[in-house]
Parts: sequence; C-alpha cells; structure tokens
Amino acid sequence: MQHVSAVREPLVTGGKTLHDVTQDICYQVEAKPNLRWMAALSVALFFLGVFFYSVYRTVWYGIGEWGLNKTVNWAWDITNFVWWVGIGHAGTLISAVLLLFRQKWRSSINRAAEAMTIFAVICAAMFPVLHMGRPWLAFYVFPLQNTLGSLWANFNSPLLWDVFAISTYFTVSLVFWYIGLIPDFATIRDRAKGPIAKFSYSMLSFGWKGSAKAWSRYETVSLILAGVSTPLVLSVHTIVSMDFATSVVPGWHTTIFPPYFVAGAIFSGFAMVLTLMLITRVVFRLEDYITLEHIALMNKIMMVTGSIVGVAYITEFFIAWYSQVEFEQYAFINRATGPYWWSYASMMTCNVITPQLVWFRRVRYSIGLTFILSIIVNIGMWFERFVIIVTSLHRDYLPSSWAMFSPSIIDIGLYLGTLGLFFTLFLLFAKFFPVINMAEVKTILKYTVDNGPTYNPEKAAHAHHPATHGAPASAPVTYNQHD
Amino acid sequence: MTKQFALGIFEDEDVLLHAVENVRAAGVKIYDVFSPYPVHGIDDALGIERSRLPIAAFFFGLTGLSFALWMQIYMLGFDWPMIIGGKPHIGLPAFVPVAFELTVFFTCHGMALTFFTITGLYPRFKVPVMDVRATDDKFVMAIELDENSSQFPRLTQLLRDNGASEVNQKEMTNN
Repeated sequence: MQHVSAVREPLVTGGKTLHDVTQDICYQVEAKPNLRWMAALSVALFFLGVFFYSVYRTVWYGIGEWGLNKTVNWAWDITNFVWWVGIGHAGTLISAVLLLFRQKWRSSINRAAEAMTIFAVICAAMFPVLHMGRPWLAFYVFPLQNTLGSLWANFNSPLLWDVFAISTYFTVSLVFWYIGLIPDFATIRDRAKGPIAKFSYSMLSFGWKGSAKAWSRYETVSLILAGVSTPLVLSVHTIVSMDFATSVVPGWHTTIFPPYFVAGAIFSGFAMVLTLMLITRVVFRLEDYITLEHIALMNKIMMVTGSIVGVAYITEFFIAWYSQVEFEQYAFINRATGPYWWSYASMMTCNVITPQLVWFRRVRYSIGLTFILSIIVNIGMWFERFVIIVTSLHRDYLPSSWAMFSPSIIDIGLYLGTLGLFFTLFLLFAKFFPVINMAEVKTILKYTVDNGPTYNPEKAAHAHHPATHGAPASAPVTYNQHD
Repeated sequence: MTKQFALGIFEDEDVLLHAVENVRAAGVKIYDVFSPYPVHGIDDALGIERSRLPIAAFFFGLTGLSFALWMQIYMLGFDWPMIIGGKPHIGLPAFVPVAFELTVFFTCHGMALTFFTITGLYPRFKVPVMDVRATDDKFVMAIELDENSSQFPRLTQLLRDNGASEVNQKEMTNN
C-alpha cells in the first residue's frame, strides 16, 4: 500500500485498466509489422550492410584502412567506443539507480532503456575488438596463459580493467534485463494463438506462472541486481576514463575524469533515451504510458548532468592554468583556438549552452524541441570525445611530428554501420519483445492512473470522465489545475 | 498423475489479500496464488518466509572478490612476476578495479542462477498454467482438492463470500 499525493501528475494517463495495459503493449508484438516499422528496418539493414563491408575492409586489409597516423593513433574508433558506452549508461541508471530511489516513473521507460544499454554496449565493443586488427585473437585480452610461455595479462593496465568492466557490464545488464522480461514473456505466451509464437514465448518465459513465491524472489533478486548495478555503472565509465587519465598525455592526465565522464555518460544516455522514446511512443501509440511528464523528467536529468559536464569543462581549463604546466596549458589553448577549434566550439554549444534551454517549461514539455535537443546533445557528446582524444594527440611533444587527422571512408562507414547495427537490434526488440514492462506498469496503475483524456478515441468514449481530447493530462495546459 | 484444484478468480489485489487471510483463517491450505504483478503483503498473508537470497548474494560476492584477488596476486606476484616500470609485483591499488568487477560479476550471475534453480525456471516447450488470465489482469488463488473433489462446493462458497468473481475447477497433470 502506498499513498500518492493528489498533486502528483499521473504516471499513466487515459484511465487504463490492467487488461488495457496488456492489450496496448502486446498489440505491437501480436500485430503484423506495420509499414513504418519495415521502412525503418530496411534503412537500418542498409547501414548494417555498410557495417559489414567496413568490417570486411578493416579485417581483410588491416587497420591501415582507417585514417589513423603515427601521431593520432587513437581517433574515431575510441571516440565511438566511449560514445556508445556512455549512451548505455542511462539504461542502467533508469533500471537500477531509479529503482533504488523508488522513482516509479521509471516503470514505463525502463525496459526500452535497458535494451538500449545492451545494444549500445554491443556497438561499443566492436571498436576495440576491430582495433586489435586480428579480432579472432580477441581472447588474448583474458587472463589465459600465453600459448608460448607462462605470461599472464597485465592487471596494472587500465585497458585490461576495461575488458573486465565492459564484459561484466554487458552480461549483468543482459541478465537484469532478461529477468525483467520473463513475466512479460509469460503474458505474451498465455495470449499467443499461433504454434510458433506459443512455442517461442514458452521457451523465452522459462515456465513463469506468476506464483506468489516466485514474485517474492523476483523482487528480491531485482533489488539485489539493482544494488550491484548501481556501483557497476559508475565504475564502468570511471574505468573508461582511466584509459586516458592514467596516461601522461596533456589533456588526458586529469583527476576529474571519472566523475566528469560518468556525468557525460548519463547526459548522452538520457539524450539517446529521449530520442528513442519520442519515436517509440508515436510509432507504437504509447503516449498514455510515456507521457509528457516522463519527457520533462528525463529532460531535467539531462540538464543537470549537462551542467555538471559544463562545470567540468571549465574546471579543466582552470586547472590547466592553475597547474602552471606549460604542456597542459598549451593542450587546452590548442583545443579552443587551434586547428580543431570548430570541434571544441561544437562541443561547448551542444553540451553546455543548448541544454540550458530546458530551464524553460515550454521547452521541457515540447516534443519537437526535446527531440531536436536530444539529437544536438548526442552530436555534442560525440564531439566531446573527439576533442579529448584527437586534439590532445595531434600536437604532441615533438613539433615535427604534429599532424592532423582525417577519417577515411571506412572510419565513417564503421561509425554509421554501428548506428545501423544499433537500430536493427532496437527495431527487432521493439517488434518482438514488449517495449514496456507490463508487470511493473500494472503495479503502479491502481494509484496513479487518471481518467483523463486518452489518445485512443474508442477508449476515450468509455473513459469515466471524458475530458478535453487531444492532450495528455500532464500537459502544461492543465498544470494550474492542482495549484 | 493428475490433481484437482479449485481456482478462485479475483479482480483486485486488496480483495485477494483479505481473501487469502480469511481462507487461511478458515483452515484451508492454499496451494499457490498467481498474479500478473507482485502483490505487496501477500508473503505475510500466505506465510511465505523471508527470502534468504540476500545472504546468498553476499557469499557470491565474497567468492568473486576472493577469486579476483587470488587470481591477480597469484598470476602477477607468484607465477610469473614481471618488472613493469619498476613497480611492485603485487600493487594492490591497481587490482581494485578487476576485484570490484568480478565481485559484481559473481554476485549477479550467482544470484540469477540461484533464482532460476530454486524457482524452477528454465526454457521449456510447453507451460501448463492454471488460468491464462493470471498473467493478464486476474488474481488466481489455487486450492488443492482431494481425489473426488468433495470439498469443492464448500470452497466455492468460501471463495465467493470473500470476493471471488468466479470459482472454477481445474485438473492439472503433474508437472
């Protein structure tokens, strides 16, 4: 039992019953794929093709296919790696941290956000593995004895920490996500008509029946997994940042990197969640579950983490000056005014200035503006990693080896290719898996549903208090009604 | 072997909770309750003991931590000590990240495997359920009947009195 204050905006609009939740969310799993979905999938598959071609070129001809040179020996690959891992962080934040903080609004977005985490980590893992040049020897990163001698992996290296961090993060997220999916697979199984669907979802549901004891254990396990995932997600980007921070390269050798990277990860992750959710809610007609209130809340988290990132940028500059280290100072002056000033300017504009628009209520609750803002943030966060990596490397200690970096067509292909991989996986997930955690939304239904307007005209006719149509109850229009 | 069950179907979690208490007070043993989502308070009402899973989690974590520390100290400190930049062979601060990650790894996967094992969850071709609506919007209380189901009329009355919207009889093959 819980008490929900009357001034709280409802988490689910449209006067949904338990059965409505099942219907609305199982609908896209059971219905034939619609045209928009198939169109989106074909675009994603095209870029997946680009990915496979780029991988083929990279593996067959070697890393020389990339634009790297002797001075800039890390560029788009690591930029993309850090960008993708960062995006993944919002999913775990929503599924684990917000669960521990009992933020009930996470229920409608947590499934898709966690799926995003898993797919983003898959995309991220492609870059270090391909950068090995011989990915079939990728198992060398694990502490297995060298085949020729007794040499072990070097546990003092942050790159090895990364191996452990990313593989733990991936498998833990996958297990956490799957355990949450089991009860929903059981719902689909019990509704399934065709023999293939019945069989597949029986297998996927692991024989879940929803007995009281199973639920009790399920909740305990969820809480424990959330408890371990919370420090895990913070550790992953901390360790990623240590790839840079433990080196002696000016611009990388910074103690604020761990918190700065974690904030940046959550920032970019929430931007990606917003991008995906704004599309998903429209394509699958889930406006009653992912309301404007959800979008506003996510915008707020994005703004807070964006501001932390902004403070970190300024702190870095201050410390470079304060340290009185000539090389450090040059690295930062060069970032802002050197040949890559445009990437620094893009980073500053996209990450620090534009997210401040979220202070305006109109922006926070606007679907169009939020969508544009979320794309801008993703671009900005990509530039942040590019700035950190390339501008720190391209002018090293020896001016005769100063160089510029320009990506090859294969670099670009790999980046766009991972976007294709990501969206292919996400679209398949959205079609065959329930995109919203039905069981969890049902738990909050009794206390937080309002009987206000709905997007579904048939249901609206049966709603208990048919109010003005066209806007969810949480839209700014009705904001003053509770004041 | 087949078993007979009386199934009380409830529409609301609060009604179900009271019914569970009253049915147990009437001396009837409840076989199980199936619900579409976790009903808070039902553990106490059914007399389910507090799960000891958190204790298991602690020991899985401890195993992971010990394994990680042993592995790193053994490999770099004893089996093949190497001088890397003149640093000590056993540099404990550098071992913290891997030790932490493996603690989480062992806790999570140990918990998942334990949960699947004790709850009997594994992929199967067919899942016989008492009532398919239990994963949708109904709360189902199952009570086991004896061979000729003589208590069924009495149980129907009891469940009805406690707010069940319908009471069905269901034969389940042993699974």
